Amino acid sequence: MGVKHMRQIAIYGKGGIGKSTTTQNTVAALAALGKKVLVVGCDPKADSTRLLLHGLCQKTVLDTLRDEGDDIDLEDVLKPGFGETLCVESGGPEPGVGCAGRGIITSINLLESLGAYTDDLDYVFYDVLGDVVCGGFAMPIREGKAQEIYIVASGELMALYAANNISKGIKKYAETGGVRLGGIICNSRKVDNELELLEAFAKELGSQLIYFVPRDNLVQRAEINKKTVVDFDPESNQANEYRSLAKAIDENKMFVIPKPMTQDRLEELMMEHGFLGM
Amino acid sequence: MLDCTPKEPVPEGSHTIGKINPVKTCQPIGAMYAALGIHRCLPHSHGSQGCCSYHRMALSRHFHDPAMASTSSFTEGASVFGGAANLKTSIKNVFQIYDPDIIAVHTTCLSETIGDDIPAIIKQSEIPEGKYVIHCNTPSYDGSHVTGFSNMCKGIVNYLAEADDAPKKEQVNIFPGYVNPGDMREIQRIVTEMGIKSIMYPDTTNVMDSPMMKKYEMYPMGGAKIEDIKDSGNSKMTIALGAWSSAEAAAILQSKCKVQGVPLKIPIGVKATDEMIMALKDGFDVEVPLSLEIERGQVIDTLLDIHFQYEGKKVAVYGDPDIVIPLTELLITMGMIPKYIITGTNGKKFEQTINSMLEEAGIEGSKIKAEGDLFDLHQWIKEESVDLLIGNSHGKYIARAEDIPLVRVGFPVYDRAVHPLMPITGYRGCLRLIEMISNTLLDRRDHDALDQDYELIL
Repeated sequence: MGVKHMRQIAIYGKGGIGKSTTTQNTVAALAALGKKVLVVGCDPKADSTRLLLHGLCQKTVLDTLRDEGDDIDLEDVLKPGFGETLCVESGGPEPGVGCAGRGIITSINLLESLGAYTDDLDYVFYDVLGDVVCGGFAMPIREGKAQEIYIVASGELMALYAANNISKGIKKYAETGGVRLGGIICNSRKVDNELELLEAFAKELGSQLIYFVPRDNLVQRAEINKKTVVDFDPESNQANEYRSLAKAIDENKMFVIPKPMTQDRLEELMMEHGFLGM
Repeated sequence: MLDCTPKEPVPEGSHTIGKINPVKTCQPIGAMYAALGIHRCLPHSHGSQGCCSYHRMALSRHFHDPAMASTSSFTEGASVFGGAANLKTSIKNVFQIYDPDIIAVHTTCLSETIGDDIPAIIKQSEIPEGKYVIHCNTPSYDGSHVTGFSNMCKGIVNYLAEADDAPKKEQVNIFPGYVNPGDMREIQRIVTEMGIKSIMYPDTTNVMDSPMMKKYEMYPMGGAKIEDIKDSGNSKMTIALGAWSSAEAAAILQSKCKVQGVPLKIPIGVKATDEMIMALKDGFDVEVPLSLEIERGQVIDTLLDIHFQYEGKKVAVYGDPDIVIPLTELLITMGMIPKYIITGTNGKKFEQTINSMLEEAGIEGSKIKAEGDLFDLHQWIKEESVDLLIGNSHGKYIARAEDIPLVRVGFPVYDRAVHPLMPITGYRGCLRLIEMISNTLLDRRDHDALDQDYELIL
């Protein structure tokens, strides 16, 4: 083919679990490895690229559409970030109004028509808000878009509950299209027995725990400085952790159609491996 | 009768978001029209019943012919749970009951907002052997009916066009753009006159201007055949008429099947027709036949004979960009002054194209606007009037309020008939436009003339 294969990856997970932080740190690590990465923030809050861009300053696709009409140039919405990454924020309505899902459909269609998906890209990351609640939030995993999904979770019940629910959405799209679950990323909350629980959970889904990111306050410090850890303190242990996660994703070969479990089974799993299992 | 349109500019911000008397309509109307240009195709509207009814009605009122289409018939349930079940059932039922060869699905605002993944749903549907289901997305909150037409053309190419490994055939694909069947027939006649084999799609001739025959057929005799559309991937060249309605489909065909796409204007006026003929001449190394030279000569002769009847008259033109741009060019050729030029469809290149045409002709003081509306146009006219309006039926209220004659051209024309059969394209179309413009102005002159100025010979 001659053209190198572009991997499109969507990151899902419960709200507040650290999707954006994990995504940006992983992207920064990939960029440091010399990979060309495009990050598409699919969250109306538009905070998916803050650490890569060193601030929330950029204008979202939907803001640009609203202010300037349909004739948009790619440069209006595509901003260069850390390590020659390219960053786009879909944006969307304020909380409580409008339709955020439609916003994502609009902005991804626009990126396609403007030719944002160039052949020189190694990776495209979609950072998607919370659950797959409507057709719009499933946009990144439709036919011809992201082929792999990673779910960010922790050892807390609600995080696993959300991850299980997201797996139901993935299963639906996987059966008709090519999208597969690449693994679970644990963003540790220091819950008891977290590693074992997450490993068991991933196995039950038919997938894998691709990486366990330990908790480190350095992440918060870097975040206050509007930077990823890889950018803020490249020598730190936490930066190494993100580099290892990036490497694990880069070398990942395990892509499956997930087998979501029932609520009862999920709770049972908690009992077996969670704090009661200790 | 539009008495409330103020002459003065409205306060800042009060007319920036909404449109008043838009110069455009819904995307699905264009998609449905394009789909009707495939033989034995049933357009399918994935949405609520009202959308489909309106789109069919709009087409039927313009063409005076039935526009067949089916609908997913969304209810409250579909808007909550998505329209997948409705579409699957529709596809099954439509093939069973109406037996088309192909169903062309287009979406509506509701299904777009729900975010239905149409290709995935089509994959899960039962499609009988040898039948086809194609789709395009047509959210009406983006673009216009012209965008919808273009989107369906892209869908047709995406799903159907194929290329063999064999060398390209000496045949041309004609993407006619959003024009009447009379125009499609005329464009294909010119190509045939040059001795070039052609495949045209969408082709609504004998569909939306279908003749009354002894027996009723649900699917009219016209329309592009599926096997021809497939074969278009083997053609040597595509003439994509209209930057808004055809260029993108031709670009897809070029990258998918390596068929050279030549973007051209819809051949309205001498210049645009010349350009199309020259592109074909160069592409296929053929001579322009005497018959076409005669037709062209007749237009030039007419322009020389009667130019004084319209020369220097100021005109306001409104409508779809692919029609308005070459029409403005013709007006310049005729020595008229295109004073106001407006389209409801978006696209910066509309203003750029018209501006450079006017600049080249040395015409100053004209106003041009893309994504405008008839309210804008009416205000401009109130400030400085024109001698003639050219555009669709929606302008008749301005014509009446401001007492300006109107020549009906474009889409939709609801209040006159026969026009879908009569071309405005090619040299014949030129003659027809010159006749319409000239007659309208002369009728006006006769109507207004005092007894002593009322002349037999004009």
